[in-house]
Amino acid sequence: MAALRTRAAGWWSGSILGRHLLVALLGLVVVVAVSESVSDFRNLQLASMAYLGIAAGGLTVLTGLNGQISLGHGALMAIGAYTTALLLDDREASTPLPLVVLAAVVVTLVVGIAVGAAAARLHGPYLAGATLALAVAVPGIALYFKEQLGGEQGLRVVVPDIPTWALDLAYFVTGQDLTRSRYVAYLAWFTLIVTFVLLANLSRSRVGRRWRAVRDDEVAAELAGVRLGRSRVSAFVVSAAAAGAAGAMMAVTVRLAAPSGFTLTLSLTLLSAVVLGGLGSLAGALIGAALLTFLPQVVTDLGVDAGLSDIRAAELAPLVYGVVMVLVVLLAPAGIVGTVRGAVLRRRGRSAPPAATTTGAAADPTTSTSTSTSTDAGPDPGASPGTSTDPDSTATTTSKGSTT
Amino acid sequence: MQQLLNTALGGLTLGMVYAAFALALVLIWRSTRVVNFAQAPMAMVTTFIALVIVDAGHSYWLAFAAALASGLVLGAVVERVVIRPVEGGPEINAVILTLGLFIVLHALAAVVFGNRYRSFPAPFGVRGIEVGGTTIALTGFGIFTILAVLATMGLLLLLFQRTDIGLRMRASAFNPEVARLLGVRVGRMLTLGWALASLVGSLAGLLIAGGSLVHPGYMDSVVVYGFVAAVLGGLDSPFGAVVGGLLLGLALSFVSGYVGSQLVALAALVILMLVLVLRPGGLFAQTAARRV
Repeated sequence: MAALRTRAAGWWSGSILGRHLLVALLGLVVVVAVSESVSDFRNLQLASMAYLGIAAGGLTVLTGLNGQISLGHGALMAIGAYTTALLLDDREASTPLPLVVLAAVVVTLVVGIAVGAAAARLHGPYLAGATLALAVAVPGIALYFKEQLGGEQGLRVVVPDIPTWALDLAYFVTGQDLTRSRYVAYLAWFTLIVTFVLLANLSRSRVGRRWRAVRDDEVAAELAGVRLGRSRVSAFVVSAAAAGAAGAMMAVTVRLAAPSGFTLTLSLTLLSAVVLGGLGSLAGALIGAALLTFLPQVVTDLGVDAGLSDIRAAELAPLVYGVVMVLVVLLAPAGIVGTVRGAVLRRRGRSAPPAATTTGAAADPTTSTSTSTSTDAGPDPGASPGTSTDPDSTATTTSKGSTT
Repeated sequence: MQQLLNTALGGLTLGMVYAAFALALVLIWRSTRVVNFAQAPMAMVTTFIALVIVDAGHSYWLAFAAALASGLVLGAVVERVVIRPVEGGPEINAVILTLGLFIVLHALAAVVFGNRYRSFPAPFGVRGIEVGGTTIALTGFGIFTILAVLATMGLLLLLFQRTDIGLRMRASAFNPEVARLLGVRVGRMLTLGWALASLVGSLAGLLIAGGSLVHPGYMDSVVVYGFVAAVLGGLDSPFGAVVGGLLLGLALSFVSGYVGSQLVALAALVILMLVLVLRPGGLFAQTAARRV
């Protein structure tokens, strides 16, 4: 019986990878379908959504699963983007794209290790402060090394020609010619899917469990043999690597790496996207990235209609992000994904009579969003937003316990 | 030699401002256990209020007083409205709130006041004083900066050490529960602490802005330097924050004068990383005690 249970548990944990791959495959199909049916301009927007999503995915793993905050993901993206720009500086650049992305990730990883080893191992506001310093410092580096990094104008990025096999494959699958914007969108979304599969697996693995343990209770985690500093640093480093990949994709999409693209506002709006989507949830990161991509146009148009000048109206989008971010933390700390998940769980609870009594507060839908989402969605009532978006963390711990 | 002296004097003046800003961060950290990153845009908003008053034709000193008063009010309002609901909850929520506030104030200032650089007046000369035929880098406004920060620190010291209300504020920061049992209105003390910190932050903002250019992001780097200065001093000690601010001001002034002003923020990051690796408790930490 026990052996049977072990095998069942083993099959279940094995299927997590399978499930992630299945979702990834479905995602790929959706990406192809969407990308083929929209214009070139929309494809570039989709590509921006993808690179913001990659960075937000990395950030949500750090903040949601490990409870740390990085204010420097914009700067880490800059490091990835500049690495890409240096490797793809002219048409003869022979470095294949996958290698370029890998190099961007590795360089960002090194910076992440340096900053993380100093700041992330400590408990307290040090990582937030150090990454804020990074966000303020990085544009200055590009300005100082004008010769190598292009100063204010930045570096142009020359995207290599589309390989023939990609053209053939695209024509074979879709029956349409592959345009450059569409190619870039595919590149960015493919990178996103790979990154998300890696992040999802990592967060369901032993490493991810340790991150959550450190986030929820340091003392208990340390007693259980988790090394706090190492776990915190590893979470930051993984998160930084994702930002590096995002930077590489940004460089390929925008075809430029310039200091003005990596302001402090970028880092902070990434954080707002993650908070809004729901901390710790990759789907939430994607929703947040979609908002970051498509909301500014809508809000700016509204502002211009209301009589603001273009430049001032452009600031309305960050204003909306900031206000929404404050409201989300105050009213619905689980974010969009966590709140929806909580509502689904409540509905399920209501249909099964014995469970319904435990969530009595859910009877009133108007108050329930603010008060009971965290209790319903998470194993740990009233905890941080990160905890509450994580309904399966206890389940994972128990099922994994028998496999290790 | 002359450049060395001038760099040092410039560093001293800047260090005073960083010390004031670090002090503002430490005041809030001690009472609420939050590093108020929104201190930077809060100070920026009050400076813009001063600029509006000056542009309307009123005197600099009226604008100065109005900015400090609005800083006081802004700090109290932020604590009551935004931070109070999450006090006692997970730390990360309060930090996220201050960052949300950061974005909101930033964008609001850009929408209301515009995103361009505007010059901000100074009440005293911004040209170097002549001593024995050579001009040294200490300006009239620089002397005012140093005196203003010293006076503020003296007043804060008096408040915390010599008055009843200061004692109550220290008690609520040290142990809120016991203080509450002894009849201290801890909530009010926290609000007052935030208000005072925000006032000191506004002062730093005005001093940085004087005779220079302001725009919605002009305080962003100052919050980094203030944070590094506070960490240099141990994050918990007002005295340490002041010393840290002065040291950092000097160090950054030398980087700016001898290497390049673009690398100042990078130098601050490197100093922060060195401190965190070598002496995470600050320069004056005695024991590496940590409560688990």
